[in-house]
Parts: sequence; C-alpha cells; structure tokens
Amino acid sequence: MQVACTVVVDSQHLEQLLAVLRKRDFRILGPTVRANAIVYDELSSAADFPVGLTDEQDGGKYRLKRRDDQSLFGFVVGPESWKRFLLQPDMRLWRAKRDRSGLEIIEESQKTAKSAFIGVRSCDLHAIATQDKIFLNAEYADPSYKGLRENIFVVAVNCVQAGGTCFCSSMGTGPKATAGFDLALTEVLDSGAHYFVVDIGSKDGANVLREVPHREALQSECETAERLVKSCSERMGREIDPEGIKELLYRNYENPRWDDVAERCLTCGNCTMVCPTCFCTTVEDYTDLSGKEVERRRRIDVCFTMDFSYIHGGSIRASPKSRYRQWMTHKLATWIDQFGVSGCVGCGRCITWCPVGIDITEEARAIRQSELCNAPTISARR
Amino acid sequence: METLEPILAQHPFLKGLEPKYLKLIVGCASNARFNAGQYLFREGEEANQFYMIRQGKVAVQISAAQRGVIAVQTIGEGDILGWSWLIPPYRWRFDARALELTRAIALDGKCLRTKSEEDHDLGYELLKRFSSVIAERLEATRLQLLDIYATGP
Amino acid sequence: MRGTVQMIRDPMLAHLFSVERIRKETYDTFTVELKPRHSSSVTPFAPGQFNMLYVLGIGEVPISISGDPAEPETLVHTTRAVGTVTKAMRKLRRGDTVGVRGPFGTQWPIKESERHDVVIVAGGIGLAPLRPAVYQILSQRNARDKFVLLYGARTPEDLLYWKETEGWRRRSDFEVDVTVDRGSGTWRGNVGVVTTLIPKATFNPSSTIAMVCGPEIMMRFTVADLQKRGVPTENIYISMERNMKCGFGFCGHCQFGPFFVCRDGPVFRYDRVKGLIGMGEI
Repeated sequence: MQVACTVVVDSQHLEQLLAVLRKRDFRILGPTVRANAIVYDELSSAADFPVGLTDEQDGGKYRLKRRDDQSLFGFVVGPESWKRFLLQPDMRLWRAKRDRSGLEIIEESQKTAKSAFIGVRSCDLHAIATQDKIFLNAEYADPSYKGLRENIFVVAVNCVQAGGTCFCSSMGTGPKATAGFDLALTEVLDSGAHYFVVDIGSKDGANVLREVPHREALQSECETAERLVKSCSERMGREIDPEGIKELLYRNYENPRWDDVAERCLTCGNCTMVCPTCFCTTVEDYTDLSGKEVERRRRIDVCFTMDFSYIHGGSIRASPKSRYRQWMTHKLATWIDQFGVSGCVGCGRCITWCPVGIDITEEARAIRQSELCNAPTISARR
Repeated sequence: METLEPILAQHPFLKGLEPKYLKLIVGCASNARFNAGQYLFREGEEANQFYMIRQGKVAVQISAAQRGVIAVQTIGEGDILGWSWLIPPYRWRFDARALELTRAIALDGKCLRTKSEEDHDLGYELLKRFSSVIAERLEATRLQLLDIYATGP
Repeated sequence: MRGTVQMIRDPMLAHLFSVERIRKETYDTFTVELKPRHSSSVTPFAPGQFNMLYVLGIGEVPISISGDPAEPETLVHTTRAVGTVTKAMRKLRRGDTVGVRGPFGTQWPIKESERHDVVIVAGGIGLAPLRPAVYQILSQRNARDKFVLLYGARTPEDLLYWKETEGWRRRSDFEVDVTVDRGSGTWRGNVGVVTTLIPKATFNPSSTIAMVCGPEIMMRFTVADLQKRGVPTENIYISMERNMKCGFGFCGHCQFGPFFVCRDGPVFRYDRVKGLIGMGEI
C-alpha cells in the first residue's frame, strides 16, 4: 500500500480519532502510566496518554521524567509489548467434563474482540510481523492468534527521539514505520504548534481518517517530520553490526565469552518477558479435586528455566551458560534459519530490564571482536 | 605336511602380515577345539597363550559371590581372545568359556615372547595389532560402563 | 523432510481414544494399544512419527508410534514408565480414555531405502520407534536388498519384543543380531555394546541406508562405526528426543539449534545435524 505523507491532524483532534475508532467497536489500547512505567492498557481518552513524560533508559535502568512540553508520545518503549494482546499470556485451550456417559470435550469459542493499537513503534511493528511468520504462515495457523490479529487497527508512531537502549537503526527496523500499519503518526511540537503528520497505510486507515478533522500537509511540515525521524535514527543509544551475525554465532558456540556472561546472568528470564518477539509457551493440564472436570491451558514460558529443556533423566541445558547462549543464539541466529528474519527488532527492552544490565549488543560485539584479534573476551564491568 | 600357515594368514588379526613373519609365528601355533560349555581358561591360571577364534562363540566371564556368573563380553569368529600373555605376571584375570562349539588357533605365549625379543620387527607387528584390539575393547568397555540405557542422571 | 500431517482443525485439541490393552514389556516398559472413539479420528501415520498422548487431568507426553502403519485403526505405543504421566498411563485399564494429538514429525526414509541395503541399529527402547519401519520394509521385502537389524539392550531382561525379534531372526531374508551390555544367568547370546555388531554384519556400506535410534551416546558411536565401515553420512538417519509441549513447532521447547525436533525431526538425516550432535547442552 503506497504510503504518502499527505495529511496533518492537529493534536487536539487525536481525541476524535479515538472516538471514531470506538464508534466502530474497537477497544482502545495504548500507552499509559502504571507503577512508574509506561505500559499498554485500555484507554478511555487521550488524557490517559503519558502526556509530557519521557523515559530515561540504560542497562538495568528505567526512569520516567517530566518533559518541558506536552507531547503525547515523547518516550519510546516500556516493559510491555503488543504481544500480550495477540499471543495471550494465559489462556484456556479447551476443557472436558467427565460424567456417567463418558467424556465430553468443550472447545473454546474464538475471541474476536476488535482492538485498536495506538502508538505502535516501528520496532514493535516488526515484532508483530515476525510473530505473524510463526503463527500465521506455518502448516498450522494458531486460531486464537489469527482471530485476534485479523481484528486490529494499528496506529503507529514514528519515534522522534531515540531511547538509551534503542538500536532499531542498526537492525533496520526503524525508527520510521514503513509497513504493517493503518495510520502512522509523527508528532511535531514546533513554536507553539502541536500537530501530527499522518502517513496513511491502508484503506481502513483512510476510511477512519475521513471522519477526523485534517488538512493537507505543507511541504515544510513533511520536511520537519522527516528531519525529526532522521535525527532520531542517528542518535540511537546502542548499536549492533548485524552483518553475518548468524554465521558468527554459529561459529562461536564454544566461545569463552559465554562463560563470562554466565557469571552475570541470573537466569531470571526478564529479557524473555519484555522481548516483543519471544514466543515460547507451555501447556498445562489442570483438574478439579473430583477429577470430573479437566482443562488445558497455554501459558507463556521462559527458556531460562531448568524445566524448559527437561526430559527424563535431566535437563538438556543444565548450565546457566547454555541457557543464555540458547536465548541469544536463537534471537540473533537460529531465528533467521527458522523464520527468514532476525528475532531481534532492536527495541532495547532486554538491556533496560535486565537486573544486571546485560547488553545483547555488547555481547555480540565482544564475540565478533574475539575473532578479529584474539582479544580477551572478559567484560570490563565486573 | 600341511601347516597352519594358510589358516593363520586368513585370520583377520594377522591380515597384511608379511609371509616371513607368518613363518616365524606358525611354529608357535596349534589347533584348538572346545565344546559348548568347555573352559578355554580360568581366572588365576597361568596365561601361556592367546586364541584366534575361527568359528564359534566364547564368553568372557567372572564369578562374583552373590551375583553368580556374569558375562562381560562375547568373542566370536575373527576375533582374538586374551592379552594377559603379553604383560607380567602372565595370569588370566577372567574365565573364558565356550558357548557353542568353538574352533581356534592357540598361539604359545612364551614362544612368541622369545621370538619377539629376537626379532623386534616381528614384535612391533604383533604389538601394533594388539594395541588396536585393546583400544577397541577399551572403547566398547567404556560404553558399557556408561550404562547408556539407564534412566536418570 | 518436513513432517506431513493430517490437518486437524485445531492441533491442540485432543481426540478421544479408548484403551484396548496395556501390556507389560519389561520391568519398566509397557505397551498401550488404543482404539478411537470416533472412526473419523483414525489417521494414517508414517514410521518414525509420534503422538502426544494425554492422560486425563495428569498431563501429556510425546511417544513414538510403535505399531504397524498398515493398521492405523489401532494405535500402539511402547514407552518407559519414568515420569508422572507415563506412570499414570501404566495403571490405566481397558476402556479408560486417553487423548491423542498427532501424528506429528518426520519419518524414517522408507522410500529412500528402496533398492538399497537397509541396516537398522536400535538401542534399548530405541527399537520401539523403529518397529513400524521394520513392518513396512518386511511388507515390501523385495524392494530392498540386504536387510539387517542390530539390537542392543542393557540386559537380557531389557530386550523388547523378544518373541517377535526371534520370529524375524528365523527368516532367511532378515539378518537379526542381538546383544546385551551385561549377560545374566542363562543368556547364551552376544555380550557387548551394540556397536560391536557392526563390523560383522552383512551389508554393502556404499549402498546402505541406515536408521539408528537409541540413547544419544549410542547413536553417536553407532554413526561413527557405520562411517568407519564406509556408510556415507547422507545415508544415515537418527531419531532425536527433546522436551515437547505442542508437537508442531509453536511452543519452542524442542529446539535443537535451528531445528524443531517435533517438526524438522524427530528423524534427521545425520549429515544435516552432525555439527550440533557432538556439542553439549544445545
């Protein structure tokens, strides 16, 4: 779908956009503050946005700070991603009742609630696209993911400032949204004016926009938006060299750097929980005390547990080193062989939310450098 | 008079051995035959020979108080049995018992040791072959030790 | 060789089967035979594939199918009773319900083995996923040249399907060699690890397809000895095992390098995985 910079919506009309979506039976999901972090939740109005707030992020650090303007999207990404609305973290698959005549399986009815995602960053758009590759294009399409996925309306936001742990530029996943959205907004605050330059990404997007006050964009407004996004792409908090990274990690399964990381990694699994592409789930069977009712649930899972790779006799990945290696090698290397794209979208969440600040870009760099000059791979930070 | 030379030459263990060394060895060789159930040797006995099995099956066994008789290995056609003749004090550490009718060539240990001291090249040819057999047995024994079919760590 | 599966509308939904019979094989191994509650649940399977078997309210485990592919109306599974689910399964009685999802996974190279010699090497419970391959090859015996089965277990009491393997041994067109790691009591057969049977088996290495299944160490050493005899690695197939929750590549648990053992395996051509096999904790 041809993306064109054609339209400007003044900031006060954003509320109207939400109203139009609500009228079409979309529930509004977007960024809001909860427990000192910006998360994604159901919004009742534009006032719920984290107005005038920004996030300061670094390895193992996340703080909200007041801005000196009233921007609605002046931050990047928080501990949550959109995957929790598409790949439900805890859901019932089916249940069964046992009675005198036998056993009856009761299937779950598919949820088809319509959701509007407001404020999706480019990195998260790529994350959704990668999960589509897993759950929609395989031999089996996951019915619940499919049902939810087909009923979303996506309003993306182009980042105009980069986060402290962001590296979407090096991963080629942002900051400009290029696909997978119905509308994409670039927020501009310029000498008293506060408006959004809007890219239309789909027919649905165009239809919704028709009912929101808008005007044709001036050339200068388009240029301002372009300039802001470009400047953001040059100020990323982190960077990584993705060139040949798959082969690099395949060559380095026995690199001593893994032992070094293992001394720092707590195997807490935070990284998997905040990562927008991590998709591992587990299946659990429950029964009531009488044994007459059983149910099967699917829950999001974490590859850092001993349980994860357990087969009779023991876990395949017993050491913390093997589990960290599995996560990082999957994310940056084997994912590419499995799904044709990288599993990493450069959002930086794993760096921010790691309690000890392990930095995936630093680990990749250390492994790459260890090949170049036989340099010691012990991290400086001990 | 027919000698055992052609039979020796055919056995896989001596494959590739130059005829001049075969001639040296044949003087130490004799035919042996064991019926099913017969012992080739017993633990503790003097180890004066080794056997090149031509036909049949031999169990290498040990007796343990409450456990009875345990077979740790079976040796068959084309294999060789016994290397205790190579290493002092030249005593068998296990029993060897034929499980079925077994034909073998017995090679006299003292005879071979003497000839190998006189002709080191012969000694080297024999030791090369024995090392290979011992290495294979060691690897197989390690696998048995690993108890790979067990459940649990 | 991706698994081909009968598309069930929702592969997480279990089909209900009824226990026909539970048969004890060895002190820790048993076979369960299942018949479907509804005829529409009968699904053909290929040798090497597995089902996810669900014991009501207890849990689900992946178990390879051990029955005859020509008779898919009865599902036969042989397993060790080692965990909560399998121990509960062993206590089931005729008429009890078991949930079945599948069949999943890749298959043994039955088609590829035509006009070749076939060597099957099984260790311990590894004979169970190979038995359907034996059945299928025997049903088209003339399509292949030499057919060899080498089977090893810990002790004579651990040998699976003993009557059946003895029956196979009596065939003149099927070479069956059995060995145990430890001989006990009255055992008069071979004693030694299963790899010791390889040098003497009758087959032509350059035109052999080999199928190997057993504990990982056994498979590694078996492949090495098959290679030593000259069987090319692209003709050797092994069957891997990993923790599985979904069975079809969504839950991520069974990953082995870039492969999902449930979907890209469990049967793998050896040359495709040889880089990963020797490495620990992959």
